[in-house]
Amino acid sequence: MNQQDIQSMRSMISAHKRWDMLFGVLGMLALMLALMTFVSLFLDMTINGIGRINLDFLTSFPSRRAANAGILSAWVGSVLVMFVTACAAVPMGVAAGVYLEEYAPKNWVTDIIEINVTNLAGVPSIIYGLLALGLFVYTFGLGQSILTAGLTLALLILPVVIVATREAIRAIPQMIREGAYACGATTWQVVRDHIIPYSSPGILTGVIIGMARAIGETAPIITVGALTFIAFLPPIPFSGDPPAGVFDWLFAPFTVMPIQMFNWTSRPEAAFLDNAAAAGFILVLMTLTMNGLAIWLRYRLRKNIKW
Amino acid sequence: MMMKTMTNALAETNALSGKTTEAAPVLKAEAKGLNFFYGAFQALKDINMPVYEKKVTSLIGPSGCGKSTYLRCFNRMHDLYPGNRYEGAIEFHPDRTDLLSKAVDPIEVRMRISMVFQKPNPFPKSIFENVAYGLRIRGESARSVIDDKVEAALKGAALWGEVKDRLKDLGANLSGGQQQRLCIARALATDPELLLFDEPTSALDPIATANIEELISELKERVTILIVTHNMQQAARISDYTAYMYLGKMIEFGVTDQIFIKPRRKETEDYITGRFG
Repeated sequence: MNQQDIQSMRSMISAHKRWDMLFGVLGMLALMLALMTFVSLFLDMTINGIGRINLDFLTSFPSRRAANAGILSAWVGSVLVMFVTACAAVPMGVAAGVYLEEYAPKNWVTDIIEINVTNLAGVPSIIYGLLALGLFVYTFGLGQSILTAGLTLALLILPVVIVATREAIRAIPQMIREGAYACGATTWQVVRDHIIPYSSPGILTGVIIGMARAIGETAPIITVGALTFIAFLPPIPFSGDPPAGVFDWLFAPFTVMPIQMFNWTSRPEAAFLDNAAAAGFILVLMTLTMNGLAIWLRYRLRKNIKW
Repeated sequence: MMMKTMTNALAETNALSGKTTEAAPVLKAEAKGLNFFYGAFQALKDINMPVYEKKVTSLIGPSGCGKSTYLRCFNRMHDLYPGNRYEGAIEFHPDRTDLLSKAVDPIEVRMRISMVFQKPNPFPKSIFENVAYGLRIRGESARSVIDDKVEAALKGAALWGEVKDRLKDLGANLSGGQQQRLCIARALATDPELLLFDEPTSALDPIATANIEELISELKERVTILIVTHNMQQAARISDYTAYMYLGKMIEFGVTDQIFIKPRRKETEDYITGRFG
């Protein structure tokens, strides 16, 4: 190769490499745009809200005076609703996922169910709110209660839990199943002793991602009729007179964090906006804590699972 | 017809190799007119073959000849997947249960017949729990019984000395050869009548392979063994009987020495001499 050819080859390579650079920069910009948007929102919220965050804020009911208002009923409501959501969504979602992977015959009916489960994840949450209003509130007469809200959000995250369960189950090598069946296990024994334990890190991750989504949901909760101003707590769970009183708390009126925020942002006084920012900060903190928990648990559980 | 030639072959080679002094082999299982279908594809064609008690029987043949498919008929592994179909019978002695009958639950079959797979597949549980699993699903809950049987099985699989101080460790932390012996212990713990091996050494190094082969030779004192191998030398080393399969058919069955020294069929000879396969 003569000197001239080498020169032209080099200039060609450097021309091509400019595209490398360009794409790298574009990718970085896209990433920054997404990340910085969140960071600046979060910072803005923190700066506005940090002055309001103290113990009183967490232990006070909402009030007409912004300086006295707190989020006690909101965070208690959120925690209780999430509890109901988890209790309903986890068993149903895991059972459905296990059934689809381990029991269901592979035919067109199963295929249709699979496609629809995936589609459910894309249904707008307000639709779930309307469904719940008709079904839980009016048809079943569960009222505008914690139970209704919990079940609504459970329906909302059910597809997420089912899909996560199925993916976790599919990651289990077939030879592990065959090994268990070859020992003489029934399908239920294989599911109980192997499938569920080995897929639990993946299931847990899916559950918590679903919960993190559910805790921020506003539309369906408003649709089923959560209150926006509530100055009392539901009864302490499982504290009432047995047998019927134990579940009183499920039927109590309630509010949740995003609704409290929504309420405050729609007030004319600027001071309430700071309250909303503070509540938003706590809500993001709750979500991040749940995600952190998911990562930690997944790491812990995966350590003991090697094929 | 096939059976008759096989029995003749046996008598002849017994005489040939001076094994006539041994007691006549006792039948443990017998395939009778076995056909097997993956959907529309017929993978096994009219297999007739005896399996003798407390002997090692090898299945050899080129890839895709149906030897693993045949082996997996014995514990009804094919029932796990849709579209598979058996015809004919595998009679299991002494009770002459037809393993392939629809009336016989595959779980019952697998309770009597254990299997060791091609790649070691210990459960992601402790060494102890791996071996105890078969006992647990049989409803055994007495700690002392489980402890004794796990120890006996690990000793039977020549693994006890290496793991007795680390029974709570994950099975996956063992070496490949140890994992395979763990799987053998798991299969032995439930006192199977027949032990199936599906190319158990194909994922192992030569030393681990030699250990497993030695183990198999010891195990035949206690249990009937049917082994698929793609390694002819292995078949020659460890088995009492050998069957050569090709394209889903049983080409020849006989005493191992006879198959390797004096095969009766041209196809067998071509395969074992390396002219084909």
